[in-house]
Amino acid sequence: MNNVYVYLEIEGKTVADVSLELLTKGRKLATQLGCQLEAVAVGSGLDGVEKQVMPYGVDTLHVFDAPGLFPYTSLPHTSVLVNLFKEEKPQICLMGATVIGRDLGPRVSSALFSGLTADCTSLEIGEYEDKKAGKVYENLLYQIRPAFGGNIVATIVNPDNRPQMATVREGVMKKEILDPNYKGEVIRHDVAKYVPETDYVVKVIDRHVEKAKHNLKGAPIVIAGGYGMGSKEGFDMLFDLAKELHAEVGASRAAVDAGFCDHDRQIGQTGVTVRPKLYIACGISGQIQHIAGMQEAGIIISINNDPNAPINTIADYVINGTVEEVVPKMIKYYKQNSK
Amino acid sequence: MSLKIVVLAKQVPDTRNVGKDAMTAEGTVNRAALPAIFNPEDLNALEQALRLKDAHPGSTITILTMGPGRAAEVIREGLFRGADNGYLLTDRAFAGADTLATSYALATAIKKIGEFDIIIGGRQAIDGDTAQVGPQVAEKLGLTQITYAEEILNVNLADKRITVKRHIDGGVETVEGPLPIVITVNGSAAPCRPRNAKLVMKYKRALGAQEKAAITKDGAALPYAELYDKLPYLNITEWSVADVDGDLKQCGLSGSPTKVKAIQNISFQAKESKTLTGSDADIEGLIVELLENHTIG
Repeated sequence: MNNVYVYLEIEGKTVADVSLELLTKGRKLATQLGCQLEAVAVGSGLDGVEKQVMPYGVDTLHVFDAPGLFPYTSLPHTSVLVNLFKEEKPQICLMGATVIGRDLGPRVSSALFSGLTADCTSLEIGEYEDKKAGKVYENLLYQIRPAFGGNIVATIVNPDNRPQMATVREGVMKKEILDPNYKGEVIRHDVAKYVPETDYVVKVIDRHVEKAKHNLKGAPIVIAGGYGMGSKEGFDMLFDLAKELHAEVGASRAAVDAGFCDHDRQIGQTGVTVRPKLYIACGISGQIQHIAGMQEAGIIISINNDPNAPINTIADYVINGTVEEVVPKMIKYYKQNSK
Repeated sequence: MSLKIVVLAKQVPDTRNVGKDAMTAEGTVNRAALPAIFNPEDLNALEQALRLKDAHPGSTITILTMGPGRAAEVIREGLFRGADNGYLLTDRAFAGADTLATSYALATAIKKIGEFDIIIGGRQAIDGDTAQVGPQVAEKLGLTQITYAEEILNVNLADKRITVKRHIDGGVETVEGPLPIVITVNGSAAPCRPRNAKLVMKYKRALGAQEKAAITKDGAALPYAELYDKLPYLNITEWSVADVDGDLKQCGLSGSPTKVKAIQNISFQAKESKTLTGSDADIEGLIVELLENHTIG
């Protein structure tokens, strides 16, 4: 009762990185709140799944293992969480802001009438005063996210309803093993008690999952282009520079929306979060929702012909110039000076 | 055999193009400076609905939106592109709704509409990016859902089954589900067809009650006033909480479990930065510095 829960996203038999990142965060929140961390694994053929998650400090793992629970469909996974939560009454539930988490989270929150905040970039514990009702709530989950197209940052709380639910994108939280020998309890539930047969109404006929075409998330150097690149062709020079520097190319949302770059390269709150040692922002103005996804980069270089671009305030090097002028020169002088 | 389709659409501020004038001197968002647009992914959803109507003649498309009086624009835009009618949910009691209270209001209105086979909307709206309303409407109606749809491949009316290609993380899948169903459509799906000139002629004077009131509030006469009695389709229906038999406790702020504790305008922790020009000397100097400290290799 009153514990912190993490829904584990499982592709086949492998727990997704985003879930391990949330276990790490969930462990910290549980410790701060003085409660336990519990996790829910829903899928097929999950023998041994506990080995993947216990080291992150899971006190109780709930396993729901049955044919039909993989691949994911909305209703059975919703029933598992809704019925389990009615028994266990968690105070917090975290899930990945993935396609699955964003399909499942709202459904569960609607069934339990509990608030859900999507795509949080930070989670903290704090108090909240409802001045109208003259009531102070302690130890609430602050769900912090950019809002309004990333122009402001909002702190959301769910004062009265439980669980307090939040989704977080992959890469936003850091994954960290607590103790390789951490001992938690494993409970294998009778799936039929939680999921009615009538839930299995959607059939997955065909499914293709490919490994990502690039490693933007783990790249030590990221070269990102914004709307200022002007066109898809404009991005070609970024790929040229990336090839020289062994870097990956990313893009701002504005550039992706304009069709200059593929969606899977989008950096920011609604894209990938990166922590490279070097980040070169080319023609990016720097809306909050973009900065949320790259502000932990080691060194930031901003190339922009607008000296007042917001991103310049967090840059280590500001180059006042056009990308068309500066990027070819970077390639030229890199070739000349590197061995 | 035909389909009854409800398209969920939202009027949103165009947050994608927030220019400098869209921020006030205090750094807050100047909503008035942002144009109100048809939420982009809702247009992708409308196109999927229009394709179903093409494939199954006799099908009808109803646009359902919630917002202030001017949100009737969304319904008009839908009519221009091939929708058959629309309802605007508008009431002060809906104000301040989070996604759950919004979903409650929409679900209540859908029940009022009555018959439907497919409820379809964009995956998410650009002013919130939550992607929550579709699944929450589905849950409130007791229907299943298919989110992140790329294309509706087939509807089998005899078996009441629908086949949809959808995005998943790192790939695609094809799923089949029962009607009635809620579907949310991805921005990468087919773009919406343009306005149809004949439909623009037919519906250009379509107005909601609040729009008419705004025109006549200073005593001005409503242009072509006689048309609205003669051609009932020019009157965009507005629904209040009472019209849809809504429970006030579940609407607006009081129906919203999430509360906004704080809104911060962002002030970045300014770093000490070196400012360079695009000159050859500056760029070469930077590259040499980065090579020397092994930032690049």
